[in-house]
Amino acid sequence: MDYEPVIGLEVHVQVKTASKMFCGCTTEFGGPPNSHTCPVCLGFPGALPVLNRKALICAIKTALAVGCKVSGEVKFHRKSYFYPDLPKDYQVSQYDEPLSENGKIDVLAEGKTRAIRIKRVHMEEDAGKLIHEEGENSSLVDFNRSGMPLLEIVSEPDINSPEEAYQYLTKLKLLLRYLDVSDCDMEKGSLRCDANISIRKKGDTGLGTKAEVKNMNSFKGVKSALEYEIERQVKCAEAGERIMMETRLWDPARCVTVPMRSKEEAHDYRYFPEPDLVPFALDPSLVESERRGLPELPEAKKARFIGVLGLPEYDADVLVQEKDNADYFEACLEYYDKPKIVSNWLMGEVAAFLNSKGIPITELKMRPQGLAGLLREIDSGKISGKMAKDIVLEMCESGKDAGAIISEKGLSQISDTSELEKFADEAISENAKTVEDFMKGKDSALMFLVGQVMKKTRGKANPAMVNEVLRKKLAAKK
Amino acid sequence: MENLYTLTAHELLGILDKKSVSPEDIIESVCSRAAAVDAKVKGYVNIDRPRAASGAPSGKLRGIPVAVKDNICVEGELTTCASKMLSGFRPPYSATVIEKLKAEGAVVLGRTNMDEFAFGSSCEYSAYFPTLNPWDASRIPGGSSGGSAAVVAADEAIMALGSDTGGSIRQPAALCGIVGMKPTYGRVSRYGLIAFASSFDQIGPLTKDVRDAALLLGVIAGYDEKDSTSVNTPVPDYLGCLTGDVKGMKIGIPKEYFVDGMDKEVDAAVREAVALLESKGAKVSEVSLPHTEYAVAVYYILSTAEASSNLARFDGVQYGHRCENPGNILDMYERTRGEGFGAETKRRIILGTYVLSSGYYDAYYLKAQKVRTLIKNDFDKVFGAGFDCILTPTSPTPAFKVGERSSNLLSMYLSDIFTISVNLAGVSAISVPCGFTKSGLPIGMQLIGDYFEEGKLFRAAHAYESHTDWHKRSPKL
Repeated sequence: MDYEPVIGLEVHVQVKTASKMFCGCTTEFGGPPNSHTCPVCLGFPGALPVLNRKALICAIKTALAVGCKVSGEVKFHRKSYFYPDLPKDYQVSQYDEPLSENGKIDVLAEGKTRAIRIKRVHMEEDAGKLIHEEGENSSLVDFNRSGMPLLEIVSEPDINSPEEAYQYLTKLKLLLRYLDVSDCDMEKGSLRCDANISIRKKGDTGLGTKAEVKNMNSFKGVKSALEYEIERQVKCAEAGERIMMETRLWDPARCVTVPMRSKEEAHDYRYFPEPDLVPFALDPSLVESERRGLPELPEAKKARFIGVLGLPEYDADVLVQEKDNADYFEACLEYYDKPKIVSNWLMGEVAAFLNSKGIPITELKMRPQGLAGLLREIDSGKISGKMAKDIVLEMCESGKDAGAIISEKGLSQISDTSELEKFADEAISENAKTVEDFMKGKDSALMFLVGQVMKKTRGKANPAMVNEVLRKKLAAKK
Repeated sequence: MENLYTLTAHELLGILDKKSVSPEDIIESVCSRAAAVDAKVKGYVNIDRPRAASGAPSGKLRGIPVAVKDNICVEGELTTCASKMLSGFRPPYSATVIEKLKAEGAVVLGRTNMDEFAFGSSCEYSAYFPTLNPWDASRIPGGSSGGSAAVVAADEAIMALGSDTGGSIRQPAALCGIVGMKPTYGRVSRYGLIAFASSFDQIGPLTKDVRDAALLLGVIAGYDEKDSTSVNTPVPDYLGCLTGDVKGMKIGIPKEYFVDGMDKEVDAAVREAVALLESKGAKVSEVSLPHTEYAVAVYYILSTAEASSNLARFDGVQYGHRCENPGNILDMYERTRGEGFGAETKRRIILGTYVLSSGYYDAYYLKAQKVRTLIKNDFDKVFGAGFDCILTPTSPTPAFKVGERSSNLLSMYLSDIFTISVNLAGVSAISVPCGFTKSGLPIGMQLIGDYFEEGKLFRAAHAYESHTDWHKRSPKL
């Protein structure tokens, strides 16, 4: 029997705002436990929430970027459950009228592009964190995270494979980073993902009983957990066992999912409209201005890099993976108009340098003008491409411009014919055997002589000119 | 000289300005009075002799001692909602109204008793002790702001703050023979008021006369960016509204409010008040608020729903009561809440939890919200037809006996039958003394105004007051 998986993802991302969702506390990561708190995010009696406008704007931007329809009204609900990391014992969230609904993200997997529908993008507040200390009979609570603004992005069960899930998350992360809405750092918890997964016989259209899988801490982890879960469910089905509706935790160390306490299922969240936050109409002109203000998104950028700038698809794809890289690339083009050459250098030497240092391009000391200047020096023949590879490393390290490094180190290429002729003569007289080979028709012998000249000039000779000079001289000998 | 404690705030301000008395004299007088009579009234759960502000008194309430209901946060001071659950709780911040009082030179005198978490109409559901009516110690003072009403009536405070969710300022004001106002929802910041039902609660004044109520509301009213439900509309000069006449004011008498079973003396007193206002030039006619009969049911669904959620935070994790040696988290929740909450609080939490539960939400909560809109529309129609205020009794009966209704919940819940609709609609209302029963118990009438029309209420109430002397009578203690 052939089965296929049906997967839906619920992604929570922490929105990049300076202050929390409903109070003025900082959203900075870290800090001693409970140092970023106030009566509001601690849920003290009498304290009241006030919505952070920036958090709302970020939510609108995200909704628009995934093509959702933004609601005309902003309305919050309370979601009730008792848990010690939830100071009010309810979470302020959105329920029957989320901020936005019905969007999509196009995903390329196994050579096919498919639209994964987005059910909704809504806002809610985060809870604190419980700290269980080994051997202690009690737990500690840190409320620094309590009240942090979150976006919940819920997909329809349109995802057909773990690879598609991986691609969906990658696309979503890229989008959110382009929007500057979130860092999407799963390790820091600024992106969290729960997966709903069921299997069905191929060709069936109904949905099977789903399991919710939690606790994945990387995109790869999501993929592995889904792969495991599909296999587990298929085995279950083949053995004629009933698949349970349950929540399972991914154990990354053992690479298995394990059931959570089954008690968790009986939740009745008793949603009702949050009376402390009056619903308000969303100004359509605000939504419109956010729509107009959206940055060029990765897909469009990639298409433009290919269509307008003539980059190969591979280059375009690599460059748009980080918005800062794409911005750097385009900044270079303002000073140097050969996209493919810039792309080569960025994907080659520059990328290698950044990798070795583990820094983003925004921290690179060499600015776009600098790289453009270096490329112009190559074009002018002042330096060779090989020399440029050394120079660019130094530019990356120090931020100096190419001209300064070239003159400082006396690196400019020898393009003076008379000087080159001197070295060519030397090479010819010192390598009689090679000259003889060349005369006999062994063309490759010329390359050896070029090499000798390069050696004598410590690489500073312009190889094309050396080639030309040598040919002339040898021809004269014939 | 008269005893200072018997005076109103506006009278004291006049004397203060002549420098014949000092703020210390006022505090001394009021504290001595409280020390002398509070054993009979039990209006305070906590009273400290406050220090008068140093330097020359300044501000609209310079040197005036104000008693504060035990559910309004004062930084560093015990604020317990008369509940074991919050025993020992000292909030790390002050309510906006407290900041405003202090900015105008008032001093917080003490914390007044209330029904636990403001659930009740008699002050009997306090975890401390019941407060007694200063006019008759065998009777309740009303609730839930019973402590605030009793201490003002007994001259143990010059003025007081209460909170009103379904009548909790107006009903005790009526039963204690003083003035009490529930402002328009959104007029006064709720920041720092420990919530009972967030979409109903308003803080308001309990005072000896209408002028003081206007004075105090003028100080505490206004937009607060810390409360998203407060409304950004200017605060009028309420004292300027006290013209002393009602000529031409249109007053509506809702037929649904003069019901069978209402106390005959209350009925007569209110009708007399209507006649007086009419004789002074008010245009009185009958109006209809047809959905009144649903108000109590709707209120007990919606307010308990919100309360069940607002009181969830009392879980023993961060503050307030926590049970001894909890075995696990569930045990901690159950025993903490089981021990910390009184019976009435538990009833309301259970009722509220029930109406919000899946499968019941539509039948109760959602339906009740719809009826709430109908009730609001009732008021909109009357005010839309040009009425300046609606006149009703505040409470169907005068103060009842201690214990009389605490065992009969329905009769207790019906104590607020005339006040609840106002909170459902969010409009403003004031209760003013309008007579006494033969046995000497105060009777109050309620004037209901449109949204943000407190000025009209003060005008009508003040005009009525200036032709009567009910508010000048004091209980013998």
